[in-house]
Amino acid sequence: MPEPNLLKSLDYSVLQQCMHCGMCLPTCPTYDATKFERSSPRGRIRLMREIADDRLQVSPAFAEEMSYCLGCLACQTACPAGVDYATLFENARAEVERSGVASTPPRRLIRWITMSVLFRRPRLLRLFGRLLWLYQRLGVQRAVRTLGVPRLLPKRLERLESMAPTVRAPFSNQRIQPQELPAGGEPRYKVALLTGCVQDLLYANINRATADVLLANGCQVFTPPVQYCCGSLHAHNGELELARDLARRNLDMFPVAELDAIITNAGGCGSHLKKFAHLLGDDPAYRERAARWDAKVFDIHEWLVRIGIRPPQNLVRPPAAGSPQTIAYDASCHLLHGQRVARQPLEVLRLIPSATLVPLAESDWCCGAAGVYTLTQPEQSAKLLARKLDHIAASGATILATGNPGCLLQLETAMRNDPRLAQVRVCHPVELLADAYAAENP
Amino acid sequence: MQTTAATLVDQLSALLGHDRVLAAAEDVAVYAYDGTPVLRQNPACVVFPITTEEVAACVKIAAANQTPIVTRGSGTGLSGGSVPLVGSMVLCLARMNRVLEVDPRNLTIDVEAGVVTATVEETAARYGLFYPPDPGSRKISTIGGNVAENSGGLRGLKYGVTRDYVMGLEAVLATGEVVWLGNKCVKDVAGYNLRDLFIGSEGTLGIVTRVLLKLLPLPQARQTMLASFTSIEAAGETVSDIIAAKIIPCTLEFLDQQTLRCVEQFAHVGLPTEAAAILIMETDGHPAVVAEESAAMAKIAARRGAIEVRTAADAADAERLLTARRSAFSALARVRPTTILEDVTVPRSELAGMVGFIAATAAKYRLSIGTFGHMGDGNLHPTFLADERDEDEMHRVEQALSEIVDRTLAVGGTITGEHGVGLAKKPYLRQQLGDHSYQLLKLVKRALDPHGLLNPGKIFDCLQE
Repeated sequence: MPEPNLLKSLDYSVLQQCMHCGMCLPTCPTYDATKFERSSPRGRIRLMREIADDRLQVSPAFAEEMSYCLGCLACQTACPAGVDYATLFENARAEVERSGVASTPPRRLIRWITMSVLFRRPRLLRLFGRLLWLYQRLGVQRAVRTLGVPRLLPKRLERLESMAPTVRAPFSNQRIQPQELPAGGEPRYKVALLTGCVQDLLYANINRATADVLLANGCQVFTPPVQYCCGSLHAHNGELELARDLARRNLDMFPVAELDAIITNAGGCGSHLKKFAHLLGDDPAYRERAARWDAKVFDIHEWLVRIGIRPPQNLVRPPAAGSPQTIAYDASCHLLHGQRVARQPLEVLRLIPSATLVPLAESDWCCGAAGVYTLTQPEQSAKLLARKLDHIAASGATILATGNPGCLLQLETAMRNDPRLAQVRVCHPVELLADAYAAENP
Repeated sequence: MQTTAATLVDQLSALLGHDRVLAAAEDVAVYAYDGTPVLRQNPACVVFPITTEEVAACVKIAAANQTPIVTRGSGTGLSGGSVPLVGSMVLCLARMNRVLEVDPRNLTIDVEAGVVTATVEETAARYGLFYPPDPGSRKISTIGGNVAENSGGLRGLKYGVTRDYVMGLEAVLATGEVVWLGNKCVKDVAGYNLRDLFIGSEGTLGIVTRVLLKLLPLPQARQTMLASFTSIEAAGETVSDIIAAKIIPCTLEFLDQQTLRCVEQFAHVGLPTEAAAILIMETDGHPAVVAEESAAMAKIAARRGAIEVRTAADAADAERLLTARRSAFSALARVRPTTILEDVTVPRSELAGMVGFIAATAAKYRLSIGTFGHMGDGNLHPTFLADERDEDEMHRVEQALSEIVDRTLAVGGTITGEHGVGLAKKPYLRQQLGDHSYQLLKLVKRALDPHGLLNPGKIFDCLQE
């Protein structure tokens, strides 16, 4: 018996929820770019419904449209009817994979290496990270580039090589002990810290800062040294079964009942981590555990505000002379639209002594990073990035803060090469907070 | 049929290029609808002209191929005005979106049809000027669509509707000829007022490609209030008393409990979900007048038993309240999959009775309903919450609708205050207009579009009878 079409087996009321009022259109970056209805949220939902109703087949055009969608979920925030676009979108992309309309041998290979191998085996991923680090650290990369080797590679690999981010060893397990206790007194809360995959290889320092901030707020922090990917990469890219497998592994790894909270500092991961119960809704063995897990997953900003964040004491030494520091906050789409964590990062940033928050136009608009969108849709990604950089430049901020590694990487890489923004510090809000706590005791 | 479609698409592609003519299955399927629930029909193709000349050329090609033309902006209409017809060409003007001129000396703005309503308002505001009409979908609806439907909004009570701001317009006729109707003059009685004929004509008489709009000075002050009541009647009586007290606020919006609960679930603006009904009241103008009027309205509401009258803390707070109100119709879709929206409007003296009648009718037919609307205008949006797959329920909705229409007309009301007739209200138009004026509509249509090329079958069936 052939597997059922995923869009047909979806609860039809989810599709029906969209009453095509069009309120989502002005918030959709791809509709804004094309003004074509099929590149809009309601257009995409209509295409899915046409497939569910057997009026359209899953075609390469449908696959392209699903790939062109950023999955930024701005439409979900805008939707008065409460359409669950994230679920529709994940199932549509999974259906594209299941149908094979977009499948080519190189694509299959890349997807297999990344999603089935690297991002399912944490030790292997770290080994890969370590090799990449050596490649970059020992001057091999410079030598290879000077010799023009990348130009000999196929176009796509050449681009990958040029975009390979700088790996920052040591990784989280060498920076954070499996168990850390806050200084002085009984801990107020017991929390687990999720170290992520990309975050671990590129921004382990942010994980350290997150642990520090949690400790400073009276939390005992459990950080398993080897952790599984949360599966958001898989779920957003049409591999729902792999995502389910990873969700189960995560549920097996953490003693959910003994924890007050499970903390994530990556907006994209958090958006997925809070939906395990939905993902495993058909799995009786895990369903209830997943629901308990979902209720305990918090983004770091959300958790800090919830428990009553301790404002850092003003600096013992006066702020350095010179121009004052200003922070612009760019919201991670999945933190803002996926998790609806909007005000908490701003509340955290307002507590930073010696720096003031300045407004950033379109801070609720995608920067073009969108997971692997930079690789899959480089042209549209670049357009959104350029638009974002203009706004950052116009804000005049000296610090740009955002709460997701994908966004950090996209913005940091581009800003280093933009003369207007080369001097602007790019960081996660918790880094600023950790610095402020550290400065309390000079 | 197949060859006709192919020829049509070839000719259009030769004119506009392949990237501005869509005919693939995935492309036409997503132009099958506008903002009206349930209605769906794929067109033969969709074209995106960017100049009036291109629009005219598209019209000529369609005429030569006997292809009906359905004009569309962003597709947010609520009566099916831009839902395609079988084999039709959708003429999408979303890309004709240039603001051509703001004239502060004459208080006008000249825009192409595809300019978004909110852009008109924001552009005017940069000059200290004000474009009042604000339909619920103002963030994406186009001015061309507003003119075609003569859209209203939340400020109709004091400021009127789209028609009151159109000083001139450019239209492409069914022949492909281009006409310019109107000018920047405050007074003009040269010839018939043909400009007004096109406003609200729902794309059946011509294609509006450019609009010259009147602007007002931006009001100096604005005060927004939220009053909550334990009964719908108390809210209705408050509105009557405000009007009777000779106060003309710019906004008097009503939401019943069902509606305000759905809106609160979406917008989280702190609406009192235990209240039976709320009124959102806004007055604008000179600061002294605003202070006086808002105090008077608060007093009237209190006298009519309001549980609470809350004043918006600042402009942002007020905007959040109004934005929440604008989402009412879509927010009601949270309850049931299919929302059937009405647009009945009655003389304001009949409002309280009408609100009660609607509630009683819904109960009689065992239907779930949310009612909201521009109470100050007598314009109500009772919205049935149903499931289109439940035939019995849909039949009961039809029966209830028909009774509501009968009652509306009996008290001197209209079947549509601001959404237009389109397809959704077409069955009731004859009942409202009576034979002679109904025939007059057709006479006008035949004079301007003898071959029934422009949005045929909308408002009324033209060629039969």
